[in-house]
Amino acid sequence: MKIAKILLWLAVSVAGAIAVAALALHRGESINAMWLVLAAICTYALGYRFYSKFLAARVLALDALRATPAERLDNGRDFMPTNKWVVFGHHFAAIAGPGPLVGPVLAAQFGYLPGTLWILVGAVFGGCVQDFVILLFSVRRDGKSLGQIARDEVGKTAGTVAFIAVLSILIILLAVVALIIVNALKDSPWGVFTIAMTIPIALLMGVYLRYLRPGRVLEASALGLILVLLAIFGGQWVSHSSASGIFTLSGVTLAALIMIYGFAASALPVWLLLAPRDYLSTFVKLGTIAILAVGIVLVHPTLQMPGLTRFIDGSGPVFAGNLFPFAFITVACGAISGFHSLISSGTTPKLIARETQTRVVGYGAMIAESFVGIMAMIAACTLQPGTYFAVNSGAGMVGGSPTAAVATISNWGYPVSAEQMSTLAAVVGEKTLFFRTGGAPAFALGMAKIFSDSLGGARVMALWYHFAIMFEALFILTVLDAGTRVARFMLQDALGHLWKPLGRTSWYPSIIATSALVVAAWAWFLWQGIRDPLGGINTLWPLFGICNQLLATVALCVATTIIVKMGRARFMFVTLAPLAWLIAVTFSASWHKMFDPNPLIGFLAHARQLAAGPAGPGLARRIFNDRLDTAVCGLLIVLVSVIVIESARQWISVISGRRQPTTQEAPFVATQLAEEVL
Amino acid sequence: MTLIDLSARGGNTFMQAAIQACRVLNAALHEIFDESAYERFLTRTDVARSKASYRLFLREKEASLASKPRCC
Repeated sequence: MKIAKILLWLAVSVAGAIAVAALALHRGESINAMWLVLAAICTYALGYRFYSKFLAARVLALDALRATPAERLDNGRDFMPTNKWVVFGHHFAAIAGPGPLVGPVLAAQFGYLPGTLWILVGAVFGGCVQDFVILLFSVRRDGKSLGQIARDEVGKTAGTVAFIAVLSILIILLAVVALIIVNALKDSPWGVFTIAMTIPIALLMGVYLRYLRPGRVLEASALGLILVLLAIFGGQWVSHSSASGIFTLSGVTLAALIMIYGFAASALPVWLLLAPRDYLSTFVKLGTIAILAVGIVLVHPTLQMPGLTRFIDGSGPVFAGNLFPFAFITVACGAISGFHSLISSGTTPKLIARETQTRVVGYGAMIAESFVGIMAMIAACTLQPGTYFAVNSGAGMVGGSPTAAVATISNWGYPVSAEQMSTLAAVVGEKTLFFRTGGAPAFALGMAKIFSDSLGGARVMALWYHFAIMFEALFILTVLDAGTRVARFMLQDALGHLWKPLGRTSWYPSIIATSALVVAAWAWFLWQGIRDPLGGINTLWPLFGICNQLLATVALCVATTIIVKMGRARFMFVTLAPLAWLIAVTFSASWHKMFDPNPLIGFLAHARQLAAGPAGPGLARRIFNDRLDTAVCGLLIVLVSVIVIESARQWISVISGRRQPTTQEAPFVATQLAEEVL
Repeated sequence: MTLIDLSARGGNTFMQAAIQACRVLNAALHEIFDESAYERFLTRTDVARSKASYRLFLREKEASLASKPRCC
């Protein structure tokens, strides 16, 4: 039996190595996506079986006999021992968002290889480790949040830095997701109608849940899904009717509507609209991810994008910047995402029934999330490279008009014609697909191609495209409204220290003021993105990636400090290695974004270029925006440097013996739960 | 959730595993969509499923829902 197991794992290793080698060494011709799937599955299997087991047994010493807060503090509400697979589903639903879909699509401009390798290596040695250790450390501290753990274990400054990092990432995240949705829906009456219809559908679900069948959320969500599918068909009809003008909105109008939506979502009571919408979005998200996986296996599409493109030199039209460091901040959630540490120290630790389950929930759910990133990479790379660049490049990057764009892109060696693009736009029911930056339309195209190849053919590609757009827009809006509310709560909490009434979450003047402040903050960046001739994503996505990875830096600093304080400094490399990599990536990316002499990359160089150019309307504002972006980047780097230095001081003092290695873990209590309950 | 005990009837392992998987999936969906939370609320407060009890449940749940982040 033992020999059979060894042979099995040897076979998995060999298969994985062959698949990775095939991806890495393949040049010239297109390659089947199943190589990518095989490489991913083998890497994840090996990572989970061996590396996570090593972490669980040697580094963290998981103790199945130790009672978790879910057992000790069980109140039937927040704290409650729950089946590990149920917690897994719950955790995955919370960490899966638009990030693992959009990041890999954007990173595909370098070719499929860099992003794929980073997703696999980053997840196994970085993201999964972060999610796993933060989840366990939160479980051992009564389910405390990352900020609280940072304050207790590293110091007060670290707690403050974590707070600012979280708030900053939320603001930039909200701006960038709003920009993605605007770029996906502008001049698209079909898309706008479908998304607009989700509002009455969510209200209907709210009424159904409250008055007709109280508490039957799954029923209501299934009903909501049917109505949304009908809305997609309705959108097709609207786009061909005289009413299409009403739903054909410019980017500016859409941005204004989204700001109003964000404010209303934060300031108004949650139920009736937002909670049903959250359920509907989760329902659609889980279902779509599952059918995308099935679709990829059924169709096993061919990757049209080469392994490496010419844009590894930093001249990419989707976003400017070299492979290092920009590929590693562009793909965040599929490889490592600081945001996950908030979920791992939020609801999930309060549901874990036994410490040993943190492995499958923390490490395992991140593997699932990473695989979503791989699927997004496949979807993007099934497009012809010329089409991919025509959709994803900002007008300012490729010549300003469709004719100039196809000439520029074809000159790069990725042939595409205006006729091809207009035929494709007609097939998916859009007026144009040029300059649809943000990643969502390119992902929707790839997904529609995979879906239509497996079911219905080209005749239904328009329906699949708009289904994909609806799916992305629906959960982006959920991220937007949930994020605005969370940021508002955080701001109220902080301002409450200055003046108590401001901290009261039921006091309406405070709710209105803090909601307005939060919306104004992300709206500022959104507006900047909308007016940016380079498409906005070129500026905002790297900024978001830097914020997200800086939050991961904070989480890994905290994790390393705790490992050292646990007296296991010899194993600190498990978090120190990804931490060192992230510091190298984020600090160099920030440096480039602030000081790179290329105006397409560096904010200050761009400001100088604007100042030296002809005067025009809004010039002063654009220069100010560049300087503001520089200041935001600089501030975050300074703050994270503080926490890195503070943590390093702790490590040195413990390792050198100047300080006793004590942690703030809750005292050991033996579990009373029987084996079969778990 | 009541399931047929296949092992007692000599059912095969694959069927047992499949049924177990469906059972876990169902439980996960009920948890993700707060149906289980509502059931627990009914048990804890010893009230029946009704519009009024669901309203109370929502009120209790609202604060935690409002501060729950959704990942990027």
